[in-house]
Amino acid sequence: MDGENMLEIKQLSVAVGDKEILHDVNLSIKAGETHVLFGPNGSGKTTLLMAIMGSPKYQVTRGSIIFKGKDIVGLPMDERARLGIGMAVQRPPVIRGVKTRDMVAACTRGETSKETVDRIAGKANLAELMDREINYGFSGGEIKRSELVQLLAQNPDLALLDEPESGVDLVNIALIGELIRELLQKECPIRDRSHAGLIITHTGHILDYVNARTGYVLIDGRIVCEGGGDPHEILATIKSKDYEECRKCTRK
Amino acid sequence: MHKKIESSKSSVDKARAALSKRASLGEDIDLEKYTQSAEELPYQDAPSQLPDETREQMMRAGITLGDDSQRSGTIIQMDHSVIHSLARQEGIEVMGTNQALEKYNWLSNYFWKAVAVDSDKYTAHVELNQSNGYFIRALPGSKTLYPVQACLYLAKSNLAQNVHNIIIAEEGSELHIITGCTTAPREEPGLHLGVSEFYIKRGAKVSFTMIHNWTPEIEVRPRTGIIVEEDGVFLSNYVIMKPVRSLQTNPMARCVGDNAIARFNSILIAPPGSTMDLGSQVILDGKGARTEIIARAITTGGNIISRGYIEGNAPEVRGHLECRGLILQGGGTIHAIPELRGMLAGIDLSHEAAVGKIAEEEVEYLMMRGLTPDEATATIVRGFLRIDIEGLPPELNLELQRAVEVSQKDIM
Repeated sequence: MDGENMLEIKQLSVAVGDKEILHDVNLSIKAGETHVLFGPNGSGKTTLLMAIMGSPKYQVTRGSIIFKGKDIVGLPMDERARLGIGMAVQRPPVIRGVKTRDMVAACTRGETSKETVDRIAGKANLAELMDREINYGFSGGEIKRSELVQLLAQNPDLALLDEPESGVDLVNIALIGELIRELLQKECPIRDRSHAGLIITHTGHILDYVNARTGYVLIDGRIVCEGGGDPHEILATIKSKDYEECRKCTRK
Repeated sequence: MHKKIESSKSSVDKARAALSKRASLGEDIDLEKYTQSAEELPYQDAPSQLPDETREQMMRAGITLGDDSQRSGTIIQMDHSVIHSLARQEGIEVMGTNQALEKYNWLSNYFWKAVAVDSDKYTAHVELNQSNGYFIRALPGSKTLYPVQACLYLAKSNLAQNVHNIIIAEEGSELHIITGCTTAPREEPGLHLGVSEFYIKRGAKVSFTMIHNWTPEIEVRPRTGIIVEEDGVFLSNYVIMKPVRSLQTNPMARCVGDNAIARFNSILIAPPGSTMDLGSQVILDGKGARTEIIARAITTGGNIISRGYIEGNAPEVRGHLECRGLILQGGGTIHAIPELRGMLAGIDLSHEAAVGKIAEEEVEYLMMRGLTPDEATATIVRGFLRIDIEGLPPELNLELQRAVEVSQKDIM
């Protein structure tokens, strides 16, 4: 896959209702790479992930989303999922009567054995939540782990992770980091990886566990900064000088 | 003996006086338009020999006839005749109400104690035109290994079936019952009036799982009362997923003993043309008595009223009422009416009710995991109808889930 983009977003604008949230976003990710998105609340980070996933509430008004060489704008979410895109959402709904186990089974579409499912659940320390109703009364950390277990079962080529570490205590962050590393095949040499990730992070804590190649800063629906190499640099700037510095920064 | 005659005489008088008393709920039914008499049908030693279409209808109401080794007893009433009754376990009695009245002269003392004979014209009509019903009793300390099954079958067109059922769980006993009410597979009118009185003695436990499998021209007015004594448990599961012209019922459980428990779970699916008005009422009179009422209602075009009523009259009672409705297709209505009445401090009653369509957000969540919109909807409906019933034997729970899933396919 060297040189070939798994995901290529070109001049993308996205609206929710009558309001355009994202303007002219460009971004590309190759297999094996992990990119992170920074940005203040309301800057459009979740909107970008939802638009890639295909939630109908997020309307693409301009531009294209090319996944594995195919423009997926207009495809329903389930087709995108079957093409290999998966997402861990921040505030998933409760579905009464549907158990975590049922969700995991839905993710595998019957292709993964019960043993594998139980192994993943055990690893995520989620075994006792498997027979509970999905997301019902889950703590913040349980939701994050449940989302990751579902993604591990789904095994997508491109994982979109919306703040996987927010509201998680330090002990569990390590566990979540490990699950993300498995999801993104971080134990393989980069040339052997077929998976890629795009992660929203507020705190950057997840970067202590998952290496990322590129960081973006999204402000008011525009990417104002793209930093190749080490997103820690961007994070350090944000931490010391706030997003105001990014707003002023002209480097694009 | 003297008492019996006196009590039944006064019941008859009260019934006569109430013959034109309209029910407080539900559309008024003209009882005159139904036939009261039906020919006596022959006893069946082997009900598995009944015609296929009859057995098929019974099966849809949860009644198995081929292999009844998983049943502690069976009773089948067709029209007015008990055509089969058999108790397979010692300590468990299963027979027609008329036969039981002949056998036990004390039995009349149990008539109209849990349901008032003059509640309305339907109870009055049953008293004056009673055509059998079933008597199921567990002797003190006896526990059913398998459920007892009871089937009430309406074969004759335009007939009024007026049954009076008495269920007694003596002290420390445990009784599981599956009741299937059904009719010949024709779209012809019929009326089912069923009075059921449950007596759950001290420390006894009864689970009562009733599946209604009617046809679109049938009218149904069950009248049910339950008395639960100290440490007794009553568990009701009611399922109706097939069309019925009009159904109205509002069973009342009175937890008279300390720590008595009553639980009601109902699953209702109303197709177009069906009107269902179903409630559950629990009166908590014993100290520490508890109840839980859970209803799941789905309309695909029919009308549903889902009622719940809990009254707390004693210290430390607890009750929770949950009613959720799902409107799958327009044209139908779901009207949830949860009511709580507390009479003193230190009680704990609560309810939650919600009526709506399937949440888009839930469909999207499942689609995000790769399910098609149809698969997502089916998953949500299946979850909505899934009630894990506490206290029900696992096999019975499984059987109930299976019955729900079979019918579910029809609505999707």
